[in-house]
Amino acid sequence: MLAYQEKPVKIIVPIKQVPETGNVKMDPQTGTMIRSGAAAVVNPLDLYAIEAALRLRERHGGSVTVVSMGPPAAIKAIREAIAMGCDGGVLVSDRKFAGSDTWATSYTLAAAIRWMGGSDLIVAGERATDGDTAQVGPGLAAWLDVPLATYVAHITHASEAGISVERLTEEGYQQVELALPALLTVVKEIATVRLPTLRGKKRARQTEVPLLTAADLDLDGARLGLKGSPTKVVKIARPKVARGGERVAVNGDPAAAVDALIAFLEQRQLVTGGRQ
Amino acid sequence: MSFIWTIAEQHDGELKAVSFELLARGRALADALDTRLASVLIGAEVSEAQLQELVVRGADEVYYIEDRRLAEFVCESWSNTLATLVRQYQPAVILAAATSTGRTLMPHLAVKLNAGLTADCTELAIEAGTDNLLQTRPAIGGNIMATIKTPDNRPQMATVRPRSTVPLPRDPQRAGKIIRVPADEAEVETRVRVLGCRTDAEDFVNLEEAEVVVAGGKGMKRAENFALLRDLAAQLDAMVGASRDAVDRGWIGYPHQIGLSGKTISPKLYIGAGISGSIQHLAGIKTAETIVSVNRDPDAPLHSIADFAIVGDLFEVVPELTRRLKALKAAET
Ligand SMILES: Cc1cc2nc3c(=O)[nH]c(=O)nc-3n(C[C@H](O)[C@H](O)[C@H](O)COP(=O)(O)OP(=O)(O)OC[C@H]3O[C@@H](n4cnc5c(N)ncnc54)[C@H](O)[C@@H]3O)c2cc1C
Ligand SMILES: Cc1cc2nc3c(=O)[nH]c(=O)nc-3n(C[C@H](O)[C@H](O)[C@H](O)COP(=O)(O)OP(=O)(O)OC[C@H]3O[C@@H](n4cnc5c(N)ncnc54)[C@H](O)[C@@H]3O)c2cc1C
Repeated sequence: MLAYQEKPVKIIVPIKQVPETGNVKMDPQTGTMIRSGAAAVVNPLDLYAIEAALRLRERHGGSVTVVSMGPPAAIKAIREAIAMGCDGGVLVSDRKFAGSDTWATSYTLAAAIRWMGGSDLIVAGERATDGDTAQVGPGLAAWLDVPLATYVAHITHASEAGISVERLTEEGYQQVELALPALLTVVKEIATVRLPTLRGKKRARQTEVPLLTAADLDLDGARLGLKGSPTKVVKIARPKVARGGERVAVNGDPAAAVDALIAFLEQRQLVTGGRQ
Repeated sequence: MSFIWTIAEQHDGELKAVSFELLARGRALADALDTRLASVLIGAEVSEAQLQELVVRGADEVYYIEDRRLAEFVCESWSNTLATLVRQYQPAVILAAATSTGRTLMPHLAVKLNAGLTADCTELAIEAGTDNLLQTRPAIGGNIMATIKTPDNRPQMATVRPRSTVPLPRDPQRAGKIIRVPADEAEVETRVRVLGCRTDAEDFVNLEEAEVVVAGGKGMKRAENFALLRDLAAQLDAMVGASRDAVDRGWIGYPHQIGLSGKTISPKLYIGAGISGSIQHLAGIKTAETIVSVNRDPDAPLHSIADFAIVGDLFEVVPELTRRLKALKAAET
C-alpha cells in the first residue's frame, strides 16, 4: 500500500462560558440564569476538550477552532481558548437565542458549525458545570448526523479514516472506532490541561472573532431561544443541605468517638453495609 | 393517548438495578394517569426469565428489540431503532437512567423526536389538571433544584438519577405481555464499531452503584495510606472514592473521583476522611443518604453538611473503626 500524506484535521470545540462559583442567581420568573455578577470562565470541563483537540493537532496537523453560543461577553471565553493555543473562534450571539434549552442550543450550534464549513472532528466537554445536563454534545451529533462517542477517557488511534477511543462506562472502558467526521465528548481523564501562554494571550487579543447572529445562520425562527425550547423551567428551589448532624471530637480518645459513630450507624441500620 | 415507557438496561444479558428503579418511577406515574407502563429493552441473548422479571417489577408490557448487532450500546443504532418504535406507539413519557448509556441515548433521541428532555431527575410527579410531567432535578452542582415541564411536545423525556428511588418488591403473580420487536436492517447499520470493553483496568470501580462509599482526600497523605480505606471498605461492603486532589496526586485512579469533574453518587452511606468538602466535591455527594466526615479541622465544610462528624485524626479513627466493625462481624457469626 502506498503511504499517503495524512490530511490535516479540522477540529471544532464547542465551549460554554459559565459562572465561576456555585453562587449563581436565578430569575424566579423565567427560571433562566442571571449572568451578571459572578465572574465568568470557560466551562472547566471544556478545557479538557480543548486540550484533547490541541494534542490531536500536534500529532496530525490541522486546526482547532472553538465556537461558543452566549451573550456578547462570552467572547472572553473564546479569547481564553485562543490563548491556550486554539487557532480561532466564533461567537454565536443574539437575543433571540436567550433562554435556549439543550434542544434549542444544540440546534443553533449545529447551524453555526455548518456555517463554519463543518469539521472532521468535534470535541465537546462532558457537561457544563451550571446547566449540568451533558445533553448538548449528543444533541449536536444528532442534528449534524455524525457518529458519537461520549465520556471518552482515551484516544488510542486517529487517522483520516477514523478514530479509536475508550469510553468510561459503568462496566469498564468501552473501546469503539468511529468513522470521521465524528463527535466526541471527553472526561477529565483524557489529559492534563495546559495553561495559556503569554504569546497565546497576545495572539488572542489580536485574533478577530467573527460574530454570528440568527440572521447569519440557516435557522427556523420558531426553534430558537426560550420560545423554541421544548422544556420550560417552572420552579427553582434551594435544596436543604444542612443535615443538623451530630458531632464528636476525638480529643485523645478515638475509641469513644468510634463508639458514638457505631451507635449512630446502628441506629440508621448501616453497619451491615447497608444491605437490604 | 398516554402511555409510560422506561428504557431498561442490561449488561451481558443481566438486567441492571436501575431498570427496576425506573419501573418503580414509571408505575407511580402510570397509576396516577390510569394508564399502562411498558419497558423497552434493547440487546441480544436476554433470557425469557429476565424479560419476565421486568413484568414482576411493575411493567404491563415489555418490548424487546433483539439483534446481535445491538448487543453493545452504540448511540446511533439504538437511537434510530427507538425513534421508529416511539413513532409507532407514541408514548407520553419516556424515562431512562442517568447513566453513561441513558445520558447519551436520550438527548440524541430527543433531537430526532423534537422532544424536550430533562436531565438527571430526582423527583417526578404528574401535575394536577394538566397531566403534564413535573420533573425536578438538581443543577449548578446540586445548589438548586429546578422543576421543569414540557407542555407542548410529546413524548416528555427524562433521565433519572440512579439510586434516587427503590425498586418495587417482586410480584411473581403480576401478568404482562412480552412483545418481541425485530430490528430494522437499515437502522442497525452504524458508523461506529465496538472493539471491546476493557474491564481488567487496574483499580476500576462503578461508584454510582455503590451502597456505601468510603472516600479519601489530601489528608490521606500518600497512596499507600489508601490501604486503610480499603480495609474499612471491606468491612462495610463499600467502594473506595476520592477527592480530586487525591486523584491528581496519582494516589488512586480517575474512576474513583467524586465531584464536579468526577462522579455524582447517591449511596446510603458516604464516609469522607481527610476531605475538606469543597463545593466541587460536595456537588457529587449531595444526594447521599447519610454523610459521615472524619477531619481534624473542626471548621472543615464537610463537617457542617455531615450527619455525623468526627473531629480528629483519621489515622487514629479509621483503623479503630475498621477494628470495631471487624469485631462486630465476628461476634455476629
Ligand atoms: C437550572 C437549570 C436546569 C436546566 N435543565 C435543563 C434540562 O433538564 N434540559 C434541558 O434541555 N435544558 C435545561 N436547562 C437549559 C440548559 O442549561 C441550557 O440549554 C444550556 O445552554 C446548555 O445546557 P448545559 O449547560 O446543560 O450544557 P451541557 O449539555 O452540559 O454541555 C455539554 C457540552 O456542550 C457544549 N456546550 C454547551 N452549551 C454550549 C454553548 N452555549 N456554546 C457552545 N458549546 C456549548 C460544551 O462543550 C459543553 O461541555 C437548564 C437550565 C437551568 C438554568
Ligand atoms: C473546576 C473545578 C472542578 C473540580 N472538581 C472536583 C471534583 O470533581 N472533586 C473534588 O473532590 N474536587 C474537585 N475540585 C477541587 C476542589 O476545589 C478541592 O481543591 C478539592 O476537593 C480538595 O480536595 P481535598 O478535600 O482532598 O483536599 P483539601 O481541601 O486540602 O483537604 C484536606 C483535608 O484533610 C484534612 N486532614 C489533613 N490531615 C488529616 C488527618 N491526619 N486527619 C484528619 N483530617 C486531616 C484537612 O484538615 C483538610 O480539611 C475541583 C475544582 C475546580 C476548580
